[in-house]
Amino acid sequence: MAASESYPDDLKYHKEHDWARIEGDEAVLGITWFAQDALGELVHYEPPNEGDTISRDAAYGEVESVKAVSDVVAPLSGEVLEVNAKVVDEPETVNEDPYGDGWLIRIRMGDPAEVDALLDVAAYKQVVAES
Amino acid sequence: MAQTLLRTPLHDRHVALGARMVPFAGWEMPVQYAGVIPEHKAVRADAGVFDVSHMGEFEVEGPRATELLQATLSNDLEKIQPGEAQYTLLTNDRGGIIDDLIAYRLDEFRYLLIVNAANREVDFAWLKEREIPGSDVRDVSDAYGLLAVQGPRALERLGLPEARQFTFAEGELDGIECMVNRTGYTGEAGCELLVMAEDARALWDSVLERGAVPCGLGARDTLRLEASLPLHGNDITQDTDAISAGLGWCCDLDKEFSGAQELRELRARGPERKLISFVMEEKAIPRQGMPVEGGGEVTSGTHSPMLDRGIGMGYVPVASTAPDSVLAIDVRGKSRRARVVKRPIYKREE
Repeated sequence: MAASESYPDDLKYHKEHDWARIEGDEAVLGITWFAQDALGELVHYEPPNEGDTISRDAAYGEVESVKAVSDVVAPLSGEVLEVNAKVVDEPETVNEDPYGDGWLIRIRMGDPAEVDALLDVAAYKQVVAES
Repeated sequence: MAQTLLRTPLHDRHVALGARMVPFAGWEMPVQYAGVIPEHKAVRADAGVFDVSHMGEFEVEGPRATELLQATLSNDLEKIQPGEAQYTLLTNDRGGIIDDLIAYRLDEFRYLLIVNAANREVDFAWLKEREIPGSDVRDVSDAYGLLAVQGPRALERLGLPEARQFTFAEGELDGIECMVNRTGYTGEAGCELLVMAEDARALWDSVLERGAVPCGLGARDTLRLEASLPLHGNDITQDTDAISAGLGWCCDLDKEFSGAQELRELRARGPERKLISFVMEEKAIPRQGMPVEGGGEVTSGTHSPMLDRGIGMGYVPVASTAPDSVLAIDVRGKSRRARVVKRPIYKREE
């Protein structure tokens, strides 16, 4: 079952419809409810490799629905510590729980100061309203 | 400036059902309601209904209607009687495919052609230019709505008896008159109902009332691809030919029609590439335009809801066309393995 629209206020957001949950010097990344709804049912997740370095504003993976493929943009730079294997096996997990079981990767942040440039929930909701 | 999109008679029904509407071939069409995958599975398991009113309908009439169509369409119309229909190709002078369509023989001197929405104007102009005295081609598309009701329980839900594929008859559903065509584009049993435009909404309501699930263009594409049915504009085009596409079966090369000589020569020397169906062996979804290593190209690709893996069609060199041949597909820079399969890619076990 698809989740209903929500944007948790404990997350940081990127205007390309990605979220980050900051946990010390690590961060968990995923795509927002808006992104998964626009794509439709996800059927494929092409993740980065663990150990890869990802860069803020650059694509680090791909998610695909039946009809479309979309880059996943990194809201923060860092090193990939873990890929969510559940989403690799069951991409629809992102539709069901985009902020929980549907997370995409965990990273060690390269530059924690980048967090300050991310959007808070109010600013991100404004992006959604204008999309 | 944005072009105004055409709307089918069922537009308000789609909006009321919460469909996601998208532009398609100049029309505003539902791509999905509940979701591509549940709609797809409904058609494989039970019954689904598609609004395909965007498709074009031409009437070709007159004592020389057959002569006109025999000279422009690839298949032999003398093989069908009134009440029968035929899959056929409109071909250009090079043997390229202008469109694929179904010709319905209404009577001795009258045919209905149902053509792809994207090609309606090109097809009509092509036929109109070749009209001969005693033949008249009219575009009657705006007068009709068209519903495809497909799935193993489609006929049962409509209360229709089984009938031979590629036949048709005048009929009615819940008092609404329509032409019941035993045709479809999903690989399932079912029919297509041609109805006067003003009755289309009542017919749609009846079909839904009888339990068919509304399905959008998204599921239509995944269903036809699982069934290995080509899509004009993707798998067959003005620059591809029937022989390479494996559609020689619907070309009567013993008669004369546009491009027949070119097709005879091609058949004699053998095509260099052929259209094949494939399934991915690795996790990846093939897409239109992706290169096949060794020379070739994906012409359609998607995720198969029934097989839960990537599937597609494409042209590859003849040496790689046998079932079980291994292909390497360039998926945005990554080489992914696929295997050629016999058509159709998916067929439900009875």
